[in-house]
Amino acid sequence: MNLWDRLATIDRRIIYLLVALGVIIPIVAKLSFRVTPLREVRQAYEEIEKLPPGSVVLFSIDYDAASMPELQPMLVAMLDHCFRKNLKVLMMGHWPLGLPLGQIALEQVAQKYHKKYGVDYAFLGFRPGVAAVMINLGKDLRQVFNTDYRGTPVDSLPVLRNVHNYNDIAILVGLEAGATGDAWVQFAQARYNQKIILGATAVVAPDLYPYLQAGQIVGLIGGLRGAADYEQLVQVPGPAFLGMPAQTIIHILVVVLIILGNLGYFARRQGGRR
Amino acid sequence: MNVLWTWIAAGLTLAIFSFLYKDNPFYKFAEHIYVGSSAAFWFIYLWYFDIKPKLLDAWVMNTGFEKYILIVPAILSVMMLTRFIPQIAWISRWAIAFTVGMGAGLGITGALQGFLVPQVQATMLPLWEPVSSSTLYNLGHSLNNLLLVLGTITAIFYFYFSREHKGGLGVLSKIGITFIMVAFGASFGYTIMARVSLLIGRIYFLFHDWLHLV
Repeated sequence: MNLWDRLATIDRRIIYLLVALGVIIPIVAKLSFRVTPLREVRQAYEEIEKLPPGSVVLFSIDYDAASMPELQPMLVAMLDHCFRKNLKVLMMGHWPLGLPLGQIALEQVAQKYHKKYGVDYAFLGFRPGVAAVMINLGKDLRQVFNTDYRGTPVDSLPVLRNVHNYNDIAILVGLEAGATGDAWVQFAQARYNQKIILGATAVVAPDLYPYLQAGQIVGLIGGLRGAADYEQLVQVPGPAFLGMPAQTIIHILVVVLIILGNLGYFARRQGGRR
Repeated sequence: MNVLWTWIAAGLTLAIFSFLYKDNPFYKFAEHIYVGSSAAFWFIYLWYFDIKPKLLDAWVMNTGFEKYILIVPAILSVMMLTRFIPQIAWISRWAIAFTVGMGAGLGITGALQGFLVPQVQATMLPLWEPVSSSTLYNLGHSLNNLLLVLGTITAIFYFYFSREHKGGLGVLSKIGITFIMVAFGASFGYTIMARVSLLIGRIYFLFHDWLHLV
């Protein structure tokens, strides 16, 4: 049995072990390096940055725990940016299982900046019917959310007093682990010309680039890399920034394994011919 | 209390990871807890954010037409539930037909207005577009436009199946499939990044929140 045959029959658990070490070592050793933010992430940052204080930003939590490692750091960094700039934050979501994650991040960052519930931010919660919710938000927010998450009438919350539809929302930030981002573009941007920034898992992000190229969204934050970029831009290094060295090491490992696999395949095929 | 939840989360994470070695009862236990708790969570959410406010509370609070129109969705909901009784399961098709019809109506207008037309517009690009005083920059910018137009047109040709892909059509479809493969490669690369990110997230949780080593 030659080297290539041995590599071809290697126990897959050895590869799992290598991947685990490739992630654990950089995290425990606290390796870090500077990342140069991607243009689309910088665009998103600048769109938030140029909003005047008091502008309303609506966050939509369209993910759940399965996508938390990528999207939660993104959410925390963006909330940090919004509260630091004294923007008003509203939060809702189309994925009920993810809403508690959104609420945790909202409370945590609001507390950091001493923001008051109902005055500086509000949590609207979930309403079923994705497309219908998006369309009705363009007509009258109260048709969809007459109360907040706790059952408080929205008219009694100062932050919502002057918010009636998309005209009163400066930017909509959709954090996406599925196809809800497409729906936001189709129903909020195309019908009501709502300015949208999308943050998405790395699996979803490639499908959203056409919207960026067409100018249908004004910023795109893709995957852990995008989250790390945003953390760097707002200068709040978090889990995404700390995860980038591990990400790089695993990418190198995957490339090496793909090259080895291909070399082995051709070497064994040639050996078989002889 | 938080410490207890962190320990439970860490234990369940390790139980799920144990599948990488081989299938085992710990993994099965964690998997069943996940499925069960997700289903329960969905049920509670749909009750408190859908059925209760939109149907029951609305019935009590509204009057006239706004009250009695609620009978329609209530009947459709009950019809949907007939799927569980094989003898009358056919009744559920009416409710499904309503949902499909509404979905198709929204989907078609949404796709045309929000995807097809803006995307076609975004592909109509000048092949030479001076946007800067630097010729090199203009060249790069125009090359991007050219690639975008060429990629779109040739990818469409690849999906033209009414004639055999020979001659000129063959060349165009080969260029098209090359663009499609590049897109698949980019997607695959992003997918690897996504999966590794999930692992990083869990490892970070174990070493930061649970073991406090980071």
